[in-house]
Formats: sequence, C-alpha cells, structure tokens
Amino acid sequence: MAEKTVGTPLVKSGLAEMLKGGVIMDVVTADQAKIAEDAGAVAVMALERVPADIRSQGGVARMSDPDLIDQIIAAVSIPVMAKARIGHFVEAQVLQSLGVDYIDESEVLSPADYVNHIDKWPFTVPFVCGATNLGEALRRITEGAAMIRSKGEAGTGDVSEATKHIRTIKGEIAALSAKSDDELYVAAKELQAPYELVRQVARDKKLPVVLFVAGGVATPADAAMMMQLGADGVFVGSGIFKSGNPEARAKAIVQATTAYTDPAVIAQVSRGLGEAMVGINVSDVPAPHRLAERGW
Amino acid sequence: MAGKPPVIGVLALQGDVREHEQVLDALDVAHRQVRLAGDLDGLDGLIIPGGESSVIDKLSRIFDSRDAVVSAIRGGMPVLGTCAGLILLADTLVGAIDGQQTFGGLPVTVERNAFGGQVESFETVIDMPTIGGEPVAAAFIRAPIIRDAGGADVLATLPNGDVVGVRFGNCVGISFHPEVIGETRVHRWWLDAVVTPAQR
Repeated sequence: MAEKTVGTPLVKSGLAEMLKGGVIMDVVTADQAKIAEDAGAVAVMALERVPADIRSQGGVARMSDPDLIDQIIAAVSIPVMAKARIGHFVEAQVLQSLGVDYIDESEVLSPADYVNHIDKWPFTVPFVCGATNLGEALRRITEGAAMIRSKGEAGTGDVSEATKHIRTIKGEIAALSAKSDDELYVAAKELQAPYELVRQVARDKKLPVVLFVAGGVATPADAAMMMQLGADGVFVGSGIFKSGNPEARAKAIVQATTAYTDPAVIAQVSRGLGEAMVGINVSDVPAPHRLAERGW
Repeated sequence: MAGKPPVIGVLALQGDVREHEQVLDALDVAHRQVRLAGDLDGLDGLIIPGGESSVIDKLSRIFDSRDAVVSAIRGGMPVLGTCAGLILLADTLVGAIDGQQTFGGLPVTVERNAFGGQVESFETVIDMPTIGGEPVAAAFIRAPIIRDAGGADVLATLPNGDVVGVRFGNCVGISFHPEVIGETRVHRWWLDAVVTPAQR
C-alpha cells in the first residue's frame, strides 16, 4: 500500500500556501495566543519578547523557553511558529522536537553564525526566512526555506522599510521576467543565486514559495497596503500587543488584510482602536541597531 | 441548460485559493472568486479551499457571505471542500475553537488537526475507486479526518481505515489537497459527476 512521506518540500511550502490571505501575530504568552486566535490570526509566532522590547531592552535575544512554547501549542489550534537564531541549527532541532509547525530563522534574534544560515533541508519542520531583496530570498530558498517574509524593520511600528523590501523584491521579479533567456545567466550571477531558481522565477513571475511581509506593520491600513503591494499575507509583531487595545486591533488588521482593496472597510475597522504602538522612526535607529541588516 | 460550460466560484476569504484556480485553469473551466453574498449569483458550483477553518468561518460571518453560502449549499449547489473546506462542510466538529461554526451540508463528524502538527503532514497516493484509474496524488497538511461518515458515501480511506473523503448529494469533502500537488482528477470527477448533472 502507498507510503506516507513526511517533510517533503511540497508539504513544507504547502502549509504556507494555506496561510495566504492571513495575519500571523507575535505572542509572548498563551493568553495572547488565545486572543490572537480568537481575533482570526492564521498562525501565531511564539517568542519571549516582542521586537520592540528586544530593541529597547537590548542584550542577546535567543530562542524562547520550551515551557512557553509548550503552553502556546497547548492553548491554540492554529499553527504555532517559533524563532531560532540565524545559523543556530540546534535551536532549530529543539524547536522541531517541541512540535512547532514552522521555524522562523530570524534576524530579530541575535545571530548565532555570521557566515552560515541553517541548512534547512534535513528538517521535517518547514522554515520561513527574512529577505530584503530577491537575491537574499533565493539564497534562503536554496538553503531550504519554504516561505519568505520581507524583513522590514521589526519593532519600530514604522512601515517604510517593509514597503521598501516588498517593492524591491516585487520589482526585481518583474525586471527578471522581462529579461531574455540569454540574460538570465548574468542575472543569476548578480543575484548570487542558482541559475535554475532564477530561471524559474523569471518564467513564473513569482517566487516558488509564499511571500509574506513583516517588520513595522502597526495599523489596518499598513496591512492593506502590504497586500496591495503584492504580499500573500502579513506578519504583525509588536504592533498588536504593544497597542492600546490588542483585541480590537488584531481583529481590525485581520479584516483589513482580507478586504485590502476596499477603503470603506479599512476606514470602518480603523475606527476606535485606541493608541497604536508608539513606534520609532527607522531613520532614528542608528545603523548598527537595524535588524534588517542581519542576514545576507 | 445542458451543454453550457459551468462557472465555478472559489471562496476567497483566506487560504489556497490560487491553487484551486490553477487546477480549474488546467481543466479549462471558467471561475471567479467569491467573497460577498452577491458573488454567488450565477455560479454552477463552489469550491471551499484549504486554509484555517476557524479564520474562514469568522471572515464569512464578518463579510456577510455565510448565510448566502449556507442557503446555496442547502439549495443544492455543488460544493467541493478540501481540508479546511471539508471542516466547513461538516455538520459536526471535534476540536473546534470556542464559537467556531461550519456551513454544514455533510452529515459527518470531522476532527480538526487529526494527524497532529505540521511534522506529521505527509504526501501519499490514495485509491479513489469512485474516480477510478490510478491512485490520486494527495498532500495531507495538518489535515482533518472524518471520524463518523454517517450516511455519506465514502470516497477515500487511508490504509488504516481512516476516512478522508466523502460525498453526500451535492457536497464533496476531502481531507487532503490534490490542488497543491497539481492533481486534477478529483476536480475533473467533481465537475463531471456533481456539477454537470446539477446543471440539467
């Protein structure tokens, strides 16, 4: 009889396909995870501190306590993601053993290896990785990432970097697909990515995996703008639980992500949400403290 | 109306809408997205995609498409649900979140995430005698299982006997995703066996 094969590339990228059109929310407790689920999150990202707190408190940011991840997995029925440090393959092994549904190899945590990212192919659990441009996205996919999120600048509430990164990736894909076949060899060299993958993107006019946006989304209008710019879905980190009314804001961002082309709906859901997270302008963040520059 | 090419709606609130559209494109079948109640007018069938069932349920109520979908199903519109779509067609759920509702239409009991988390997700091939031919390619992604098929016809079972596909009248629900694997025969069969007869 037919065999079951777990951890195939198709099953890994397939879960991300199921998340399309949805919002993935950062949570630091089981109670927050329940609030996110009740608000309509398609998945939650379990972590110890949201990026805004990592930014303000400083220090080395690492994988969460396994107890916390267990509690969050027990609290919700939607997929649970968790972050491992860039290159920290043992944190990833631990997260897989805990039964998380996706691992985010994330620049929000302190990198564990400034040369190599995790070799993601041997894992059964899928990985999502950040990217600021097409070449970076394709390098992560080459290493086995089954989902890409543009990085933005986490923990700021300033959407400008998220805008820049999704526009860059989309623009580079459009430029690539306008090239003739004989130009793709040099394009692969310039993108520092394998030729076969470059040719596939040029032909399909899209990445071979789902592309979400992250890093600075704080309002329903921010989320809808990312969707109009071509994102498949949205990560919201500090923007929800650092705001005045997390329940209402979470619901509003979910609705705006679905009805992203309808300004009347976005206006309606934006009413009476209380204070958005205070935020910090990316231009005020000194360059060494910009998280998007981690990873390569 | 016999002979008129069908137009199929894909419920497009959240989930793998694009993959179902690609299968319909491959079969050269016209389709459009359904978000609001009025979007159902003039359709010959509806596909409820994979995604997060709790989210699709909520959004269908928020955007007022729920009542129209429920009455279309009760009125006999042919429906195909994959994974979350099967969950949304089940009359009874195991493992629902607080307040989660379904559209109903299949008199079956379905358990959400019945295989466990993502590390248990798998690819396989599965015999579907009703469709005939070679076993179909199937991706099970945090998939549900039909724990009690009730009076529905069983379309697919796993080797251990778990029921993963059923039909009851106009409603077809399967636990797995032929659409993410490029398998078109389940959709082809649904169009021929459920949608076309309903057009006459």
